[in-house]
Amino acid sequence: MEKWIIILLGVAVLAAIFLSPFASTKPDGLERVAEDKGFLEKGEGPQVVNSPIPDYTLPGIKNEKLSTSIAGLVGVIIVALLGFGLGAILKKKEKIQ
Amino acid sequence: MHIPDGFLNARTWVTMDVVAGLSVAYAIKKTKMSLAERQIPLMGVMAAFIFAAQMLNFPIAGGTSGHLIGGVMAAVLLGPWAATLVMSTIFIVQCLLFQDGGLTALGANIFNMGIIGTVLGYYVYRGVGISFGSKKGLLWGVGIASWLSVVLAATFCSIELAFSGTVPLRVALPAMAGLHALIGVGEAIITIGVISLILRARPDLLQRYV
Repeated sequence: MEKWIIILLGVAVLAAIFLSPFASTKPDGLERVAEDKGFLEKGEGPQVVNSPIPDYTLPGIKNEKLSTSIAGLVGVIIVALLGFGLGAILKKKEKIQ
Repeated sequence: MHIPDGFLNARTWVTMDVVAGLSVAYAIKKTKMSLAERQIPLMGVMAAFIFAAQMLNFPIAGGTSGHLIGGVMAAVLLGPWAATLVMSTIFIVQCLLFQDGGLTALGANIFNMGIIGTVLGYYVYRGVGISFGSKKGLLWGVGIASWLSVVLAATFCSIELAFSGTVPLRVALPAMAGLHALIGVGEAIITIGVISLILRARPDLLQRYV
């Protein structure tokens, strides 16, 4: 199990750091439809939450690719920890005989 | 397909928040009853892997991109309920940390891209797999469930937009379903690829349905 965990985690981390800056920047399906059908601006008003890394861009890092890499790495680490943590908290409790 | 704040009216996003909230509560309950110790690392790893994969947009026709959603992938490895929690965690982090998806729209996003894939997708995978038996049946089930999860996500998204008065259904649905029928092929290919690798090396990691 351990080897697989490390491999998959490694792939996730490497993909976040090295592949995410080169992902397509074209609008995704919903954004495209919103643009074409004229309701995109409805989603561009003030958002309810002010996020620290909006749109996967670290404020203060000028290089966009570097910014995306770091954002990706931060995200991968955080969700991994949360996933592990949730699993640890929710696992089936063995009955005590 | 992350819906930002502003696309949905209050009645719609409140409804979806309630639906998602109840589903996640149920998923927590079911997970507590069945999550094995050895699956704990798998939850962290799937969260990481799917989060990273969702960042990797690939171009499809006409100046548009798609990306993996990952609900079926998670469900095949973790079962529908633990997978729902993994997907929900991803969407919550994306919303709060990265402003990817609105806060009011979180319920809708969790439902469309999480629950449809993890729950409905899991049972489609299971149904196809049981009907065909064999490894081939399993992979067909994975592919069909993956594709369906994306198209249905787009469909529910269109319905939510229509109920909100943002865009009429007859306008949104063909556009969304059409694009996502293409994106769904990507989802199917990627998910089949990953699952068949795991099937070859560690078949015990897959959720067995027989």
